[in-house]
Amino acid sequence: MPEPGSLELTGVRAELEELLYLEADLLDNRKLAEWLDLLADDMTYRVLIARDVHSKELAHQYHDAPLDVAWMDERKDLLERRVAQLATGIHWAEEPASRFCHLYTNFRLLGVDHEMGSGALSACTSCRFLIYRNRLHEEEEWLVGKRTDRVVRSESGWKFAERIVYLDQPVLMAKNLTTFL
Amino acid sequence: MTARDALGTHETPLRTLVDVAGGRASRELFVSQDLYDQEQEMVFGRAWLFLGHESQIPEPNDFCLSRMGEEEVIITRGRDGGIHALLNSCTHRGMKVCRYDSGNARTFTCPYHAWSFSNDGRVVGRPGELINVPGYKSRYHEELEKEAWGLIQVPSLCVFNGSIWGSWDPDAPPFESYVGGMGMWLRFALDSRDGHSDGAEVIPGVQKWRTACNWKLSPLNFSGDVAHVVSHKSVDMVGIGPSGVGRRDDKEEGGGAFGWPDLGHGGTGWVAAPEEDYVQPASFRNFPEVARYFEEARQQRRELRRGELHFQGKGSIFPNMSFHEEQPRTVIVAHPVGPTMTEFWRYYLVDKDAPDEVKDILRRYNISYSGPAGLTESDDLENWSAATAASKGFMARRSYYNFQQGLGHSVPYEAVPGCVWAGHEYSEQNQVIFLKRWREFMEGRTWPQLMHHEPVLGDVRFPLAGDR
Repeated sequence: MPEPGSLELTGVRAELEELLYLEADLLDNRKLAEWLDLLADDMTYRVLIARDVHSKELAHQYHDAPLDVAWMDERKDLLERRVAQLATGIHWAEEPASRFCHLYTNFRLLGVDHEMGSGALSACTSCRFLIYRNRLHEEEEWLVGKRTDRVVRSESGWKFAERIVYLDQPVLMAKNLTTFL
Repeated sequence: MTARDALGTHETPLRTLVDVAGGRASRELFVSQDLYDQEQEMVFGRAWLFLGHESQIPEPNDFCLSRMGEEEVIITRGRDGGIHALLNSCTHRGMKVCRYDSGNARTFTCPYHAWSFSNDGRVVGRPGELINVPGYKSRYHEELEKEAWGLIQVPSLCVFNGSIWGSWDPDAPPFESYVGGMGMWLRFALDSRDGHSDGAEVIPGVQKWRTACNWKLSPLNFSGDVAHVVSHKSVDMVGIGPSGVGRRDDKEEGGGAFGWPDLGHGGTGWVAAPEEDYVQPASFRNFPEVARYFEEARQQRRELRRGELHFQGKGSIFPNMSFHEEQPRTVIVAHPVGPTMTEFWRYYLVDKDAPDEVKDILRRYNISYSGPAGLTESDDLENWSAATAASKGFMARRSYYNFQQGLGHSVPYEAVPGCVWAGHEYSEQNQVIFLKRWREFMEGRTWPQLMHHEPVLGDVRFPLAGDR
């Protein structure tokens, strides 16, 4: 496969960058059913807990062992339930509705490959996020961190297949997590 | 007048703040800086506090950070395997001697002036002892009394079925007496499902987050505030339960709010029965491997614990630790940060010998329910923060919270000494019990008084049916 930064992949890179901004628009505009369409059926979604470690042990800065506790560690069925819960109109953590701004930046295409079996094109990407939440007049929260995705191209476009979110707050300074990162 | 000044009298302002007989509590408890300041010494300075679990520090010299009230403590396992708790503040100039969440170290050397402390008592037999000071010979002329300047040690420590508890009061009664009959519930959470003692472990990774609420709202909520489940209707509607409906697999019959009026603990549980007669309905129907694991474990438990009383539930242990014993299986500690700010620490428990596949499903179910991202808990946090915010104003503070549901309808639960309930009709008895205990601590009662071995003049007892 071509190198991630090569000209041949400029188109792929542009598509994936656009996907990121589309995702932000869907989340900020609460078009969550459409957002779910961006997720592969077997998607895994994990938001890791950070901790304070020695500078020589940075490999352990996030709880990322398979059986560690995370903020969220879900498959698509639970993400769908979250969306359904928001749609009930009585999920009090999001009533009245918050205002979100998902800012995605520092996008990088890390690698492109073909999936084993299906042969579908698959890409690994990384970005930074800054998510602003404002609700109930004056409440403000900022969620900041890093994110990696594996994205797979299907007949209906690119789908997120695996997401790992590195939320950079060992003590989360938000009272609850009610959006997707 | 402070609570300390009120010692020995029975006409204290605290009595007007917590009206046990009338089932009311002043909003000052949830917003007042003065009361908050007093709580640090009177409640968090004396009560048994949850510090963590042995599985967090399995090897010699392992350590992890925890909290007691506003302060940070280091939980260490010495070379001999003994567990100690030390205030994380250098005795020289106060710097934190440990700033890593966990690790393995025999000594803690302060970054500021390099005073160095042991994790156990290997030299003079006192955990946290000062073992090295730069310039001890040349500049201190060997006159520094090292024995007197070790890290401040938590004097009362107890490991209860793997859970670690500490009290700043060297005269605190044994934890077993402090927790009383509620210990049966705690044991159930901490034993493995097949009935073996100490079979649980904390899954690595403690969720920590801050919410702008008073810390007491959390234990009050978890002490058996059944009426609040209406706020979780949205979760029930979408069904995260492991059998595909609701929030969890609940037993349909036999539930009630059980509380310990003399101890301050309480929660919601199910009527006790001999182990061999205890009925545990099927669970985790959507996850056959977990359902099978639990069913086999229950059968083993029936044999192992035959003849013992099976009494289980979820609730709060005074002052700030609450747990769910089964679905989800988790501990939450509400650490005070200010009168209107709390730092929550949530731990998740699982049988340490369970297959990884089972651990993985349980882990993911538990965090879908609890924690700041939990579909259920996220709404609780909204309730507590908004209740706190709306209780701050001068007009709000003139009025009381209402805890009158079922008050005066509780009766002794004969199967368990010291325990009361209002039958299968849920009530707010446990919140009143918690508030009564809070007042007893805030009044600065002696331990014999707190343990109700000695009477207190003019004391108001918890109202039971037939008192009126």
